[in-house]
Amino acid sequence: MIAGVAVALVQLVIVGAGAPLLVGALRTIKARLVGRRGPSPWQPFADLRKLLAKEAVVSTTTSWVFRATPYLLVASLLVATLIVPVVTTRPPLAFAGNIILLVYLFMLGTFFLALAGLDAGSAFGGMGSSREVAVAALAEPTVIIAVFALALRAGTIDLGRVVERFGGEPWLVANPAHLLAFAAFFIVMLAETGRLPVDNPATHLELTMIHEAMVLEYSGRHLALVEWASAMKLFVFMTLLANLFVPWGLAQPSGPMPVLVGVLALAAKLAVLTTVVALLETAVAKLRLFRVPELLAGSFALAFLSLMAVFVVR
Amino acid sequence: MLRQIQTALRAGIVTEPVAPAGEIERIGGRLASEISRLFGRSLAIRQVDAGSCNGCELEITGLTGPHYDVERFGVHFVASPRHADCLLVTGPVTRNMAEALRRTWLATPDPKLVVAVGDCGRDGGLFRGSYAVVGGVADVIPVDAIIPGCPPSPAALLGGLLEAIGRLSR
Amino acid sequence: MSRLAYGMIVVVGVVAVALGAYGVLGGTGALRVTWLVPLGGLDLALDPLGGLFLALIGFAAAPVSVYAMGYPDNGRGGQFAYVVFVISMCLVPLAANVMTFVIAWELMSLASYFLVLQDRESKESIEAGWIYAVMTHAGLACLLAGMLLLGAEAGSLRFADWRSAATTLTPATRNAAFVLLALGFAGKAGVIPLHVWLPLAHPAAPSHVSALMSGVMIKLGIYGLLRASLDWLGTGPAWWGAALLIAGAVSSVIGVLYALVEHDLKRLLAFHSIENIGIILLGIGSAILYRVAGQDALAILGLVAALYHTVNHAAFKALLFLGAGSVVHATGTRNMEAMGGLIKRMPWTAICFLIGSAAIAALPPLNGFVSEWLTFLALFQNTHLVAIGQNLVFTLGIASLALTGGLAMACFVKAFGITFLALPRTDAAASAHEASRLMRLGMLALAAACVGLGLGPTVIVPALGSVAGAVLRTTPPVTGGDWLTLRVSGEFASLSTAAIGVALAASLLLPLAAFRLVGASRRTRLYETWGCGRIVQTPRMEYTATAFANPFKRVFDFFYRPTRRLDIEFHPESRLFVERIEYENPTRSIFDDWLYRPALEFLRAGARAVGTLQSGDANRYLAYILAALLLMLVLA
Repeated sequence: MIAGVAVALVQLVIVGAGAPLLVGALRTIKARLVGRRGPSPWQPFADLRKLLAKEAVVSTTTSWVFRATPYLLVASLLVATLIVPVVTTRPPLAFAGNIILLVYLFMLGTFFLALAGLDAGSAFGGMGSSREVAVAALAEPTVIIAVFALALRAGTIDLGRVVERFGGEPWLVANPAHLLAFAAFFIVMLAETGRLPVDNPATHLELTMIHEAMVLEYSGRHLALVEWASAMKLFVFMTLLANLFVPWGLAQPSGPMPVLVGVLALAAKLAVLTTVVALLETAVAKLRLFRVPELLAGSFALAFLSLMAVFVVR
Repeated sequence: MLRQIQTALRAGIVTEPVAPAGEIERIGGRLASEISRLFGRSLAIRQVDAGSCNGCELEITGLTGPHYDVERFGVHFVASPRHADCLLVTGPVTRNMAEALRRTWLATPDPKLVVAVGDCGRDGGLFRGSYAVVGGVADVIPVDAIIPGCPPSPAALLGGLLEAIGRLSR
Repeated sequence: MSRLAYGMIVVVGVVAVALGAYGVLGGTGALRVTWLVPLGGLDLALDPLGGLFLALIGFAAAPVSVYAMGYPDNGRGGQFAYVVFVISMCLVPLAANVMTFVIAWELMSLASYFLVLQDRESKESIEAGWIYAVMTHAGLACLLAGMLLLGAEAGSLRFADWRSAATTLTPATRNAAFVLLALGFAGKAGVIPLHVWLPLAHPAAPSHVSALMSGVMIKLGIYGLLRASLDWLGTGPAWWGAALLIAGAVSSVIGVLYALVEHDLKRLLAFHSIENIGIILLGIGSAILYRVAGQDALAILGLVAALYHTVNHAAFKALLFLGAGSVVHATGTRNMEAMGGLIKRMPWTAICFLIGSAAIAALPPLNGFVSEWLTFLALFQNTHLVAIGQNLVFTLGIASLALTGGLAMACFVKAFGITFLALPRTDAAASAHEASRLMRLGMLALAAACVGLGLGPTVIVPALGSVAGAVLRTTPPVTGGDWLTLRVSGEFASLSTAAIGVALAASLLLPLAAFRLVGASRRTRLYETWGCGRIVQTPRMEYTATAFANPFKRVFDFFYRPTRRLDIEFHPESRLFVERIEYENPTRSIFDDWLYRPALEFLRAGARAVGTLQSGDANRYLAYILAALLLMLVLA
């Protein structure tokens, strides 16, 4: 019981504090790749601190949905954090949820953020909402088929147990089904977290925005919550990618030493993933919005191939 | 894709150190220490073109490039005034942009800074007295600092901005 | 006086729930009145499955009738038809022989036909009623044919006798009976491509009737499908399950695709009913396939998922229709593009509609999520089946369920966002008034049910499991877990919506507490929406529903086949000035173009050909009589 609460706190701190660091590191690496010194990896913490000191300007057009959304977004991500195996294979709320619940928890956040975008009554917000739900809806089949492929091999959809089962497979990384599922999941991660080539998080042109357009009206503490939630979503997706597909280093639940090893393993995996994402973002240009469904269809094909690979091997 | 990364890595970091002492005029009443406490580590700028000839804009664009790299000081540009701490206003405020500028200022959450750029921003510059121009930015919204020049070079802009938020003294 | 009628139905509803619950828990009962109905008499029997659907009818009818009592001009008539409608629906799950079933079924259809025709002046209602009447009677013809075929083979018109005679049927008879019964019931349920009446009839009826039609009446089609595929005909071949699974997959995706481009609020909800019927069919199809393969535990899982979704859909669809009814009544229009900002004028309706939207979009921890989760689990475990063809069919089901889930969320962002949020787009929306107290009570009761069904699966699943066990005639497995957690198939998956709900609530408070701790600024200032400093801000600048659905129209254009019409009126004196622009981007229905219109053309051509017999010439008629007489003499 005490151990469970301790693990929960550790996970919350790692994700809550690690997320801004991850985003900051991503920006720094991207800057260095184009010859700039760039901001410090700790910059997002300074940004969040400053935002908390600012007032919140709320539009007269909006309703309580607009004000409640940042809190709902953060809540859905905090609960998601407790389901994902971050440093151990028995996350605190493992009994309560699994991969499918995770996917739908993210949808809960997207649902309310899209409503908040419409609530302001501006064309930008509506456009952002429309595009965001289109991308989210089209990414769903890929995620679920990839999850199905994983569940087939692991015999369960409980995240912690999947990691345990995979950890026991010696030639995991050479398994074609595994690699295909990883590729599919990677593309979905880019789509769901709003990274290039699906969406440019640093753009200023509203016509090219997807996620940013929905948050144009937020300011002060609300904006701080939305930015933090966005960073946490990226962190959780990357953690999922890292721990599901490279499942070694996670603590079987016991003792502070294995948890420390788990933290270090996670840090190493995330560092590699962040660098890969930074390289990708520097090298590719944003896709035109109506080309994104083609990309998502491609990722669906990869997930489907992964599934076929599992069926054939069986 | 690989070639671009190769080029970038071969070129290395080209960011130049900041030139000392950008010249600015402080006219706002707020304490420098308070501004430095709030915005010293993180500043979000929304650039507003209030009828400028775009000369200042070209110089401002240079700020985000690798040579001047304003991001290393925690300063970045944002799209919406709701996200901004500082309005960087260029141009003599033309009559057609006066109300828009005022609404942008009202849309920005407190505490906020206004920095007027260039001679036009100070008092209308080249276009002072024209029938289409209201005057300097201070005639429409309260201004905290002015960076003079026509146009001010990116180095001057950078130095001025950092001076305004109290970063240069570090 | 009209309130009395609705009040009576509330009582009927409560009684139905009680009786149904008794049946679910294992109680049985029977009632035979031989003289009341010809050809077998009135024969009613209560069993778990019938009890479940009876309880479902009462559970939906009670709050809906409370709502109807509060509806402002409920003196508009239709109370008698409504009473007949509900009571005949209650008789269908209890019917134990063909005549009782068919008479109750037909009464239900006729009563709902009159209710659909409420607004007798509108051309649209008349057409809706006509198409509804035709399709429902075509379905009835199939049902009668199937039932009479079965009755002839089994030698009796009582359902209990069919059960015992099921093993003696020849495969040809069994398949023929299944096809006929399935067509009839699927038409009532609104499965693609027999769905055309649904989006016409449900919007035309008054909202409380639409709520019952969508929430309960189409479920009786599901009830019939369950009886036909799992009960009366014994264990059928695997292609039944595959056919239902594929029909479910197709219905769910097509239903939601049509809903996405709809701007008529009630028609959008009607299309979503088609989608949810598809999801229910996924569960039923998987149950049949597992049963044929001997995987009884998984068959029960599939059936439980389907039954749970049936109950959930009744709850949230009725809620959504009641909410839509309040909105339509307050603004006088069904068109979403004329609404907006209603959350400030109708806060209670908005909250209830939001809960319904979140439930139908399968967001945790509400009820829609639980039944979709169970359906996913039922589909995921097809690894226990060996035939690769079946695995592929299941994969199709999984992919379509996933796509449906995402698209349904998108559609309800549109439905709730455009209708309730931002600024009112017309004066009617700006002067809308909140629903009356009884209407609010009905909606709140259903909203509470959605939340309860979502947080309490540990109670509901065992009950449904025993119903499923009774239908499949196996002992249900003990669904693992305790009062808090639901465990499915051993270690395969576990879920605790109650824990998730508590965690979400706690996490909502965390940032608030943290803000107070770090001394974050709590100031809020109200100002206008950021419009790039624009001087004038009007509701015309808001996003429209057409624009919201545009990305989907483009991605799925091979399905929608949209046509574009752009009319620009220039100023008579100069083409530089534009006076009016009219833009239309309607979608075309492939079912209308490729299925129904050709079929109707064929029928018409045939009728014209036969019509040449009616020449009007008396001599020719005499010749016909002579020919018929000669033919009879030869054949006799």
